[in-house]
Amino acid sequence: MSKNIRIIPRLDIKGADLVKGIHLEGLRVLGKPEEFAAYYYECGADELLYMDVVASLFGRNSLHGIISRIARETYIPLIVGGGLRTIEDIAQVLRVGADKVSLNTEAIKNPKMISEAARKFGSSTILISIETIKQADGRYLAYTDNGREFTGVEVLEWAKRVEELGAGEILLTSVDRDGTGKGYDVELTKMVSDAVAIPVISGGGCGSLQDVEHVITAGHADAVTLASVLHYDRLKRFPGTVPNLTGEGNMEYLKSGKSFSKISPVNLCDLKSYLVARGINCRHSVSLGKVG
Amino acid sequence: MKTPPIAILDYGMGNLFSVRQACRFAGLEADVTCDKGKIMRAGALIVPGVGAFGDAMAVLERGELCAVIADFIKSGKPFMGICLGFQILFSESEEFGLQKGLGIFPGRVVKFSRPGKALKVPQVGWNSIYSARGATGWNGTELSGVSDGEFMYFVHSFYVQPLLQECVLATSTYEGIGFCSAFKKDNVFACQFHPEKSAGAGMAIYRNFQKIIERA
Repeated sequence: MSKNIRIIPRLDIKGADLVKGIHLEGLRVLGKPEEFAAYYYECGADELLYMDVVASLFGRNSLHGIISRIARETYIPLIVGGGLRTIEDIAQVLRVGADKVSLNTEAIKNPKMISEAARKFGSSTILISIETIKQADGRYLAYTDNGREFTGVEVLEWAKRVEELGAGEILLTSVDRDGTGKGYDVELTKMVSDAVAIPVISGGGCGSLQDVEHVITAGHADAVTLASVLHYDRLKRFPGTVPNLTGEGNMEYLKSGKSFSKISPVNLCDLKSYLVARGINCRHSVSLGKVG
Repeated sequence: MKTPPIAILDYGMGNLFSVRQACRFAGLEADVTCDKGKIMRAGALIVPGVGAFGDAMAVLERGELCAVIADFIKSGKPFMGICLGFQILFSESEEFGLQKGLGIFPGRVVKFSRPGKALKVPQVGWNSIYSARGATGWNGTELSGVSDGEFMYFVHSFYVQPLLQECVLATSTYEGIGFCSAFKKDNVFACQFHPEKSAGAGMAIYRNFQKIIERA
C-alpha cells in the first residue's frame, strides 16, 4: 500500500490579509487568513502553509499574530515561511505556534544555515522552499524573493544539496505555473522527487481535481499545496466575508466579483473523495476538532 | 471536580506550544516546566519530544530528569509520552550507534529500513492506527472512542519494538513495515504519533486523558 498523500492549503499573507497572485506577483486581496484557515481545517486539510509573501522584500515579520491566532484553533501542523533570516527568527515563529518553517532566500545565500537549523530544531522542522522558473533552454533554476531574484542555481543540484545539509522536506513551487490554473509542473516534480529521499511537496498551478491526481501519479509528489482553487471555492460559498481588510494589495478583484478564468473551484472534501475513488491514499473521513 | 494541574516536561526538545493548546482544549491546566518539585506534585505528566534520541538523553541526564520521569511513572499517576517521549522510555536506540534509553520498559528503538529498498524516511504525514487488542481493546484507555483505522499525524524515522507484546495498544504500517504506534502499560500511555497535531481524533485522546486524570 502506498503512503498517504498530504493536501496542504497555501495561504499567502500580505500584512494582515490573505492574498493570491499570478506567478507570485500582482497580489489580489481575498480576505482574512484566519477565516480561510479555520474553514480548511474543518474541511480536512492535512497541514496548513502560511507564506508571508512580502517579508523577504521588506524585512518584516508580520505573521506572528496571525500564526498564534490560527494555532489556537487548528490542531494540525502549521508550516510558516517568508522572511525568516536567522535561527532566532525560526525560534520565534516556532514559539508562537508554527510546527515547521520554510526557508528560501536565506538558505541560498547561506546554505550552512540549513544544517545549523536542522541540528537545533530537528530536520523534520526545516523545509526548504525552492521556487523555480523554467528557462528557454529547458533548465530549471531556483529563484528567491517570490520568483523575483535570479540566483543561477540549478534546481536538481540544489535539491540534492539541501537534503545532504539536513532539510526535512522540499517545498517545490513552479513560479511559471503559480496562479495560472494550468496544472502542476509534473516534469519538475518527478525530477526532484525521484532524486531525493525526503518528501517533496509540489505547488503552483493547480486548476482542477485532475491536476492533483496527475502530479501524484505521474509526478510522484508526496504532498501538494493548493491555493486559488480552494480560495475560489470558499469565496463562492461565503461571498459576504470581505470586511475589515487592511487593503495591502489590490482590492479591485474582490470588488469586481470576477472569477479566476482557468480555475475550477475545488472543495477539500470533494478532492479527498476523488483521490480515494482513484486508489490514491490520503486521510479521509475526518473527525473535527471542535467537539464538546 | 476540577482536574489538578498537570506538567508538560520542558527539556528543549520540540514544540510545546501545541501540546499546551491541546491540553487547554481538553480542559487541562498545564505547567510547562523542568522543575522537579512541580513535576512530582502534578496530577499527570506529559513528555513530548522531537529530535534526536541521543540529544534528548543527554539533556535529561544533565538536568537530572531521568530519575524524575522514572519516579513519576512509579507514582502511578497518569503519564503520556509522545514521539521521542515514547522512545526514550525503552532500553536502547540504534540511532547513531547504540544509545541507552531510560530503560523503564524493555525494548529497542530501530530505524525504518528494508534490505535492497530505498525507503522515504522519515515518515511525515497521516497514517492509520489499528487496535492490537481486538474490537473492545481500547475501551477505558486514551484511545477510547477512536475509530479503528483512524488517521493520526506522524513524523519519525525510528520506531519502538517493545518486548512486552501485551502492552502494544495500536499498530500502524509504513512502507510495508508494521510497528507499534501506541503503547499502554498501567498508568503509562505512549504513542509514536502526535495527538496534538492530529485534529479531532487527537483531541479525543486529550479528552480521554483528562477523564483518566480525573478518575486517578
